[in-house]
Amino acid sequence: MSHTAAKPSQSPSLRGSRRIVSVGGGPAGLYAAILLKKADPAREVTVRERNAAGETFGFGVVFSDQTLANLHEADPETHERITGAFAHWDAIDIYYQGELVRCGGNAFAGIARRQLLDILRRRAEELGVRLDFGIKPGGPEAAADADLLLAADGVGSATRTGLADAFRPGLQSHGARYIWLGTTKVFDAFTFIFRRHGRGWFQVHAYPYDAGMSTFIVECDQASWLEAGLDQADEAASIRWCERLFAPELDGHPLVGNRSRWIGFTTVTNRTWHHRNVVLLGDAAHTAHFSIGSGTKLAMEDAIALADAVDRHDDLDTALARYESERRPVVERTQAAAAASRGWFETWPRWDGFPPPQFAFSLLARSGRVSYDNLRRRDPAFVHALDRWFAARAGPAASPAEGPPRGSGRAEIAADPPEVAPAPAFQPFRLGGLRLANRLVAAPVPDYAASEGLPSAGLVAELERAGRGGAGLVLATLVAVAPEARVTAGCAGLWSDSHEASWRALRERLAGRAHLGVQLVHAGPRGSTRPRTLGTDWPLADGGWPLVAASALPYLPGGPVPAELDLAGMATVREWFAAAAGRAAGAGFDLLELHFGQGYLLGTFISPLTNRRGDAFGGSLEGRLRFPIEVLGAVRERWPAGRPLAVCLTVDDQAPGGLAADEAAAAAAAMRDAGCDLVEATAGQTTAAWQPDYRRAFAGPAGDLVRNAAKVPALVAGNLPTPADADTVLASGHADLCVLGRPSLPDPPWLRPAGTAR
Amino acid sequence: MSIRVGVGSPAGIPGSDPELVLDWAGRADATPCSSLGVIDRLAYGNQDPFAVLAAAAAVTSRIRLATCILIAPLRDTQLLARQAATVDALSGGRLTLGVAVGARTDDYHAAGLDPRGRGRRLSEQLGVLRDAFDQPGDPAPPGRGRPELLVGGQSGAALARMARYGDGYVHGGGPPRAFAGAAERARAAWADAGRPGTPRLWGMAYFAFGDAAEAGRDYVRDYYAFTGVFAERIAEGVLTHARAVTELVRGYEDAGCDELLLFPAVARPDQLDRLADALR
Repeated sequence: MSHTAAKPSQSPSLRGSRRIVSVGGGPAGLYAAILLKKADPAREVTVRERNAAGETFGFGVVFSDQTLANLHEADPETHERITGAFAHWDAIDIYYQGELVRCGGNAFAGIARRQLLDILRRRAEELGVRLDFGIKPGGPEAAADADLLLAADGVGSATRTGLADAFRPGLQSHGARYIWLGTTKVFDAFTFIFRRHGRGWFQVHAYPYDAGMSTFIVECDQASWLEAGLDQADEAASIRWCERLFAPELDGHPLVGNRSRWIGFTTVTNRTWHHRNVVLLGDAAHTAHFSIGSGTKLAMEDAIALADAVDRHDDLDTALARYESERRPVVERTQAAAAASRGWFETWPRWDGFPPPQFAFSLLARSGRVSYDNLRRRDPAFVHALDRWFAARAGPAASPAEGPPRGSGRAEIAADPPEVAPAPAFQPFRLGGLRLANRLVAAPVPDYAASEGLPSAGLVAELERAGRGGAGLVLATLVAVAPEARVTAGCAGLWSDSHEASWRALRERLAGRAHLGVQLVHAGPRGSTRPRTLGTDWPLADGGWPLVAASALPYLPGGPVPAELDLAGMATVREWFAAAAGRAAGAGFDLLELHFGQGYLLGTFISPLTNRRGDAFGGSLEGRLRFPIEVLGAVRERWPAGRPLAVCLTVDDQAPGGLAADEAAAAAAAMRDAGCDLVEATAGQTTAAWQPDYRRAFAGPAGDLVRNAAKVPALVAGNLPTPADADTVLASGHADLCVLGRPSLPDPPWLRPAGTAR
Repeated sequence: MSIRVGVGSPAGIPGSDPELVLDWAGRADATPCSSLGVIDRLAYGNQDPFAVLAAAAAVTSRIRLATCILIAPLRDTQLLARQAATVDALSGGRLTLGVAVGARTDDYHAAGLDPRGRGRRLSEQLGVLRDAFDQPGDPAPPGRGRPELLVGGQSGAALARMARYGDGYVHGGGPPRAFAGAAERARAAWADAGRPGTPRLWGMAYFAFGDAAEAGRDYVRDYYAFTGVFAERIAEGVLTHARAVTELVRGYEDAGCDELLLFPAVARPDQLDRLADALR
């Protein structure tokens, strides 16, 4: 292990006349110097900076309310001066498709970076910090004559580079280009502008920072940048080009540069932040993409934590460990949010067809830190308008830019939207001839207690309970098309008259309460297992049945090897699905879903991880889709035209060598073209060795790919404990329908009161 | 169902008096504690978990006996299966077998094993174990027929493993908020795997009461030195008085924990009495 336990009283204390040197005179170095000197005036504190005083890059920086509170607590004097110079705003403005969407309730403040540094420098001088500006600041060698060296020398830190063996930095450069500019146009909100130009996409992050200026950052992907010829443009030409592109928003105001140029963002991480008497702060330690505006905030909070730790622990090793252990989790969470935000800005052309309210919500929720519920608290009017818009016209992939969705799914379009609309989860949805009362799907886990495919009384009661609970659609899952197609011996089926009669009876009991769907499966290599009450994929000891798959690969390593499905077997399977579809129609099911994912039989055809066939049913994506499409076609013939047909697809195998994203989108589109109305988008389980991710709404990206890249209505499940989580997914446009997490439904009927209470 | 609280054995603390270990187990049976837990390391001075639980089986009649956790990949799978089945049989079906890959690589080096691929190996072992526990062999475990099986680990792959093979999840410790986050992901993994119901959820923490507090923190600081800068934070989480115990138990209960195992950080007889008092 890299780190040994701190041994108390072996490293020096920083009390008394100790020498502290900051390499770097940015916000991190200056603020740490201020706080350390203030806590113990006997310390000799020096800040060494390459730039002369007053010479700085960039325009304004942003702080949130919480950061300001922290600054107040650490040093009221600087806080007072900073806030005196602040530009305040509480709105986020989004310019998109010629419309402006405003969301309030976000308290921010901005200040000129130059002014912030002036305030910090002056305060440092007052306290007796020595400021050596306009000199060569040095690197790690400066540690030799200091008791503590603050490596606050920024993203390109020479100190960090010199001690790379100790800090083990990871520098990740991103392809997008951005240029940091200013403008005399004073925006009154944090402003995002989205603009298409030629075949390129450009966006602006702008915010005011004093009475006369705003920061104006222009960003685009590499291809857009090259196509616009910006690689050949100098500062003046770049400014002129941006002024033209954003003339409507700039309102006649000019853009100004400050040795500005197009650069790529670099994410900085370090394995450790301290080594002997050297400690990393601010950008030298970590960076987070500017789209969440947290660089200066993190730098100054680092300084607070460092000064506090040094104050609390006499022993330097312990103090630096304390600093790092306090800051690292916070920084890592911020970096995760920044990565999600950066990903959103790299992907936004996918959502370019969204209507403005949905695009705005998607932007606001991009980092995963803001949910539908958060926004409802911040700006009730914004969410109210969103709900009304959703009620009036939200449709799967519907947009004025692209015309009507190609799938048959669409929202109920009210001619006259209600004054108060319910939250998205509680709004109706039309899929083919089926009108669902809300966007929530209850899909109870089976009890694996069926007898010869006949659903148990317990399962029927559970489905009925789910229906009475208020979900728009109840889905009976893992229903087998034949005895040999079952996952476990206790799985329900739909291959006999008695099965059909049993399901019909349930459908009749639910009539007028909820719609009932059925998911048909052939387990393939995951069949012939024990009830999942005991675990999954546990082969039956006796009484099992032969397994088939696209290729002769076991689901679990060392598990039973399935036979490769031959042509005769394929004809049989196709007929089983068609016959079960006919029975499903006879039983009165409102929706039929075919399971084409998660390592079950049809799923093994689609993923390159499980299909190694050399015949016409393997190889290219077209070959791998051939048999599933045949099955879909055979089912479509037997399933009534007006009733929706769904397919469950694993669009991300979450394993190396799995289905690529563009293949997954093509697969979803191919299903739609073959008569599928809805895709349940899932991630993982194609092979036993997948790398899952169970975070909140983890299937959201899969739904996004299906709905917005393939333009097919999407259903998602995956850690959505409450209707509010579904609201976030639905409002973001990642799905049209959501399966709520069953384990969190202690009393299913609560759904109905929750819906009516809103 | 409300939360149950178990107690760890001092057998995990280097240099523990064997008499104390046995006496502690017997006395724990008479406290409100629901289980007696043991840890497992090789590159460390603890006592062997199965040997301790076998001895504990002889001096207890009620309390569950739990490994929390056993580093299964260090062991031959068939031997492990036999040992677990034997302790389960000797205790009248009271074994809860919690397994994980462990947080450290030094135990693998001590066993002469390559730590790479330990997750995959644990999955293979769990596949073998569930078959082994399923066969009515010799010794035949009474009761439910196989030990309760918990699986630990933080990664998504560990949670998927838990949902495939386990009866529940065992968390590695931390404040209730951290447990709640892991519990949510464990429930999501369970539902994603199509398991009915919910996973059993176990948590753990350390205690050192009264004048043992500083020694307890030293033990925890040293034990978690491999976490680098976080060792100090973990040491700060040691429960040093009755109210801290009550608060943590309540926090874990709110987070959905079924059973919380409290491990002693100091091997001293009075510590068990103080814990029992705190729980009454």
